[in-house]
Amino acid sequence: MPFDAARARARFPIFEDAALVFLDSAASAQKPQAVLDALAHHYQRDNANIHRGVYDLSARATAAYEAARARVAAFLGAASPDEIVFTRGATEAINLVAQSFVRPRLGPGDEILVTEMEHHANIVPWQLIAEATGAVVVPAPVTDAGDLDLDAFAARVSSRTKFISVVHVSNAIGTVNPIADIIEIAKKNGIPTLIDAAQSVTHVPLDVQALGCDFLAFSGHKLYGPTGIGALYGRAELLAAMPPYQGGGDMIERVSFSGTTFAAPPARFEAGTPHIAGAVGLGAAIDWLTAQGLADVAAYEATLLDAALEALDALAGVHVVGRPRERASVISFLVDGLHPSDVGTLLDGYGIAVRTGHHCAWPLMDRLGVPGTTRLSVGVYNTLDDIERFSRALTRIVERFAR
Amino acid sequence: MTVDELVENFEFFDDWEDRYAYLMELGDTLPALADDVKVPANIVQGCMSQVWMVARLDADGRMHLEADSDARIVRGLIAILFVALQDRPPAEVLAADVGALFQRLGLDRHISLNRRNGFAAMVQRARAFAERAA
Repeated sequence: MPFDAARARARFPIFEDAALVFLDSAASAQKPQAVLDALAHHYQRDNANIHRGVYDLSARATAAYEAARARVAAFLGAASPDEIVFTRGATEAINLVAQSFVRPRLGPGDEILVTEMEHHANIVPWQLIAEATGAVVVPAPVTDAGDLDLDAFAARVSSRTKFISVVHVSNAIGTVNPIADIIEIAKKNGIPTLIDAAQSVTHVPLDVQALGCDFLAFSGHKLYGPTGIGALYGRAELLAAMPPYQGGGDMIERVSFSGTTFAAPPARFEAGTPHIAGAVGLGAAIDWLTAQGLADVAAYEATLLDAALEALDALAGVHVVGRPRERASVISFLVDGLHPSDVGTLLDGYGIAVRTGHHCAWPLMDRLGVPGTTRLSVGVYNTLDDIERFSRALTRIVERFAR
Repeated sequence: MTVDELVENFEFFDDWEDRYAYLMELGDTLPALADDVKVPANIVQGCMSQVWMVARLDADGRMHLEADSDARIVRGLIAILFVALQDRPPAEVLAADVGALFQRLGLDRHISLNRRNGFAAMVQRARAFAERAA
């Protein structure tokens, strides 16, 4: 069955408020009834702490949690559910890799290669371990159009490069990076890689084995799932060789004061009671989105972005920031005579929710020479009518408020 | 302009577009701060756009504020703040209920929490000056 946008939208209770034009899914997506039902069902019927419970209820909770892990593994094309570590989100997943995998491999003068278009969550964790080890975070340049300069990226790879961490889709300007090419460059040089898929996971079908990345991080809440849950994919042999990130329950094999041994992955990296209901909700979100057909959803969203670009380009005094060769999820723009926060506040007056500011990508804003932007982003529930309402409101703002 | 005049002016407008346009006009009348004043030490934390604020105590014991922002709506909010607090003795600045004024202007319905936090941060900065001067 082809993707039916109106039918998909009807599954999101928040849009019972017909006045809401929600164009901020890149920050956090709305939740379909299937996810809300899964959360409620878990707390109403299956709630207990997982693992080591001898009673049936705990076994059910454990089964639901581990089934969610298997769904994430299948969704990403991982070889095994054991390659999926549940985290609080993409940020925690990147920090885990930084501390457990990369930090022990770093010495003075070593380099971690990223790009100028990274989210702060894919910059600061590397800066923290660079600071501690004397290593350096090296940004590969972005063109004026907002594309990664792949030749310059390749030229920055050297014997000092110990890790490469790159965003798949820019949360600030929507650039889809050529991650297959990036991973190929990394592999040729024997450098492990992490893909920040926080923004891409809802818009681009992923297959970690085909890509050949070593790690991949994403957040559940951008994938129509609950907040506070996300996942790290890590190749099995790499996870197996990594020391724990945090200590606590569930991550140990045996504890004594003469020495503690740790559980195998993924449990080794899930200290303490995890976000069980969140994982279950994330599993439901993946099921729901997969049932819509991710490729069809992506094609549909592309038509929305094209319509929005056309509308923005037709308005005098409005400038799209970033013209990447391939775009997903977001469009950033500026309005002459108005600050991005003015534009966002005025759009809110018309019932339209967008994001304004630096989008946690300050280095990219500096590179493009803008103080910040107004950003619209689309999700599975948006319609051409949303884009039309946005366009009318922005036209009115330009006419009425811009100097 | 007095606080009552400001409230009256805002009441004159029926819809939010007009209130915002007026707010931005108020902001446009503010003198710009010199670049050498727009330094990190004078930035008001907690605003979504950049806001700079400085204050001095004049010879007659009144507190004179200067502030600027790169966002026009925020400049309008600064103008409102000045109507309530400009050139008052520090004790009056500390006694003023600027949040209540914001509600009387009917702006609390439309200006988002973030912005209000920014507004609150500006009020807090002005109060901090007044406390030091009092």
